[in-house]
Amino acid sequence: MANGAETAELTLNHLESLVTTRLKSGSMGYYALLLLCGLLVLAAAAAGIHAMVAGHEKFYNVTREIPWGILICTYVFFVVTSTGLCLISSIGHVFGNQDFMPIAKRSVFLSIATILSGFFVIAFEIKIPWRMAIYNVISPNLTSNIWWMGTLYGIYLAFMFAEYVFLLLDKHKPAVFCGFSGSVAGIAAHSNLGAVFGLLMGREFWHGPYMPIYFIASAMMTGCSVIILFHILGYKVNNEEMSAPMKNSLRVTSKVGVLLISVILFFTAWKMLSGIAGHPAGKYEAVMALLNGPFALNFWVGELGLGMLFPLAMFLGSKGKNLKMMFIGSLAMIIGIFVMRYDLVVVGQIVPVYHELGVNEYKHLLTYTPSLYESIIALGGFGITGFLFLLGEKLFAGHKVEEQHH
Amino acid sequence: MKHIKHDLDKMKNEGMENVPMEERRQFLKMGLAITGLFAGGTIFSAMSVMDKVFASSDDFTAQYPYKPHYGMIIFQNRCVDCERCVAACGETNHVPKEAYRTRVLSKEMPDAVGIVKREFTPVLCNHCNIPQCTRVCPTKATYKDPTNGIVMMNINKCIGCLTCQEACPYNASYFNEEKHAVDKCNFCFDTRLSKGEKLTACAAACPATCRVFGDLSDKGSDLFKAVHQLERPVWVLRPEAGTKPNVFYTKDTSPVAFK
Repeated sequence: MANGAETAELTLNHLESLVTTRLKSGSMGYYALLLLCGLLVLAAAAAGIHAMVAGHEKFYNVTREIPWGILICTYVFFVVTSTGLCLISSIGHVFGNQDFMPIAKRSVFLSIATILSGFFVIAFEIKIPWRMAIYNVISPNLTSNIWWMGTLYGIYLAFMFAEYVFLLLDKHKPAVFCGFSGSVAGIAAHSNLGAVFGLLMGREFWHGPYMPIYFIASAMMTGCSVIILFHILGYKVNNEEMSAPMKNSLRVTSKVGVLLISVILFFTAWKMLSGIAGHPAGKYEAVMALLNGPFALNFWVGELGLGMLFPLAMFLGSKGKNLKMMFIGSLAMIIGIFVMRYDLVVVGQIVPVYHELGVNEYKHLLTYTPSLYESIIALGGFGITGFLFLLGEKLFAGHKVEEQHH
Repeated sequence: MKHIKHDLDKMKNEGMENVPMEERRQFLKMGLAITGLFAGGTIFSAMSVMDKVFASSDDFTAQYPYKPHYGMIIFQNRCVDCERCVAACGETNHVPKEAYRTRVLSKEMPDAVGIVKREFTPVLCNHCNIPQCTRVCPTKATYKDPTNGIVMMNINKCIGCLTCQEACPYNASYFNEEKHAVDKCNFCFDTRLSKGEKLTACAAACPATCRVFGDLSDKGSDLFKAVHQLERPVWVLRPEAGTKPNVFYTKDTSPVAFK
């Protein structure tokens, strides 16, 4: 017993010194960024708790007609990203494609960081989150997509966490099992999130089977951009030269990215065309708001330009080798994708439910602008991802996997 | 078929002169109702009016599953937007000032000679037979009462995700900051019906009997009779949402029975 305790103590001591050395190895810029992210999270938590205590209606700009604002957009953005990271990284370490092996560890780590960001934001969006913890368990509604999404994302997080631990311990078999289960849970959860929107009969812009399908495809597209961006950043943080297998991995990821941008371009084109052909009631007004209305800048510049066409050009132009072009492309893509999520959530609500009646009260499209508190909390979500990413780079020494598979 | 024809052939022609005036009027009215001249605002195509007249055709002839099966019919042209219904509802159900469970929407409608008339549409929770709010609620905080079909709230279970607000095609729910839960019309179940009152606060307060509240499963009720007749078109709002509402709309031309 005494021997065992001693060994454990030694290991812990060893671990402690290892962690401290790793954490101390950062540059000044690293610590400044870490601090900035930490402050963002603290500010967001303070704003969220204040709003929760003093009353959401005083600090959030959401209304009876537009109950879902930027916080839902940010939540959707983060869970889309997490699912995408999980799916793209699973091509390698779950389905055995060697090209994707080197990105496995960092991607799984980031999928945990981003889903935690999503949960952080949604906790301040939901008005009474503690009731969720109780009644989701004792009073579940099995016809509710929200219930399935919440439950499945819980399971997903557990699998992803276990997978990461097994990857750290270099236990390949259980890691593959957890990775596969996580992917299945992720796809189920994420398509349910699509169905939260898609199954609402009274909201024409969302209604239909398009949303769950689109959500999965756009998750994978997001996964590609996030993998490229954070891998290049990770090597910068650690001040290391990228190895050949890693470079190859990013090249292949950018190829998959090109494919998925094309898929989403195709999806978007038909979504828009189906919204204007024959002027479908309720949908037409929303689609026109995107094409030629208050959301036109968001759509043409944000979604189409930054989110798809520019990164497409950058990825193709880089030939998968020019890391700078790939970095700029994926950064633009992430910004564009955030705009996509914003438009998807907000534009779905701007046509009032009584618009067709032609009554004075609901003749015009509704408007929404995020409040200061809402914006701070949304930024806090990014703070969490940033903070965990930076911390993870040092703590897990650049998430190296190459050596383990050679 | 032959048999019937034979019978008809045998019948004596009574002649048009013998048809009483009242009968002729009824017949004309029925024709107008079906072609939709009474459907106000949607006379552009006979088809769409047919849709509206039989907007809830299943409900129109269906057995009502609840006992009592609460519902309401709104005589739209009787409403003068006095908003006593809104005030009575707010007071009875402690609805915060900035919120509402029911409201009156207005619309300007120029007639053929250009005179602008105003039309009012009182709206409230439709207590749908296939409610979307109850389907989407993750914790069954919003539920359809198995006895009377009222869509009710269990405020203790509400997590405030507001998906019910997104799902409702009638914008009937809102988040009540005082109750820390979503709040909506429950046909005054807790405040009036359960205490023996027969009417909701809004129906009781209306000076023009615009809102007729009652039990659709009772064939003798005013509500049942108002919904099940062929003289006036009866429609529901947003039938395309498929929720089978229990709040109906109609218009009448007979003198309003003021209280």
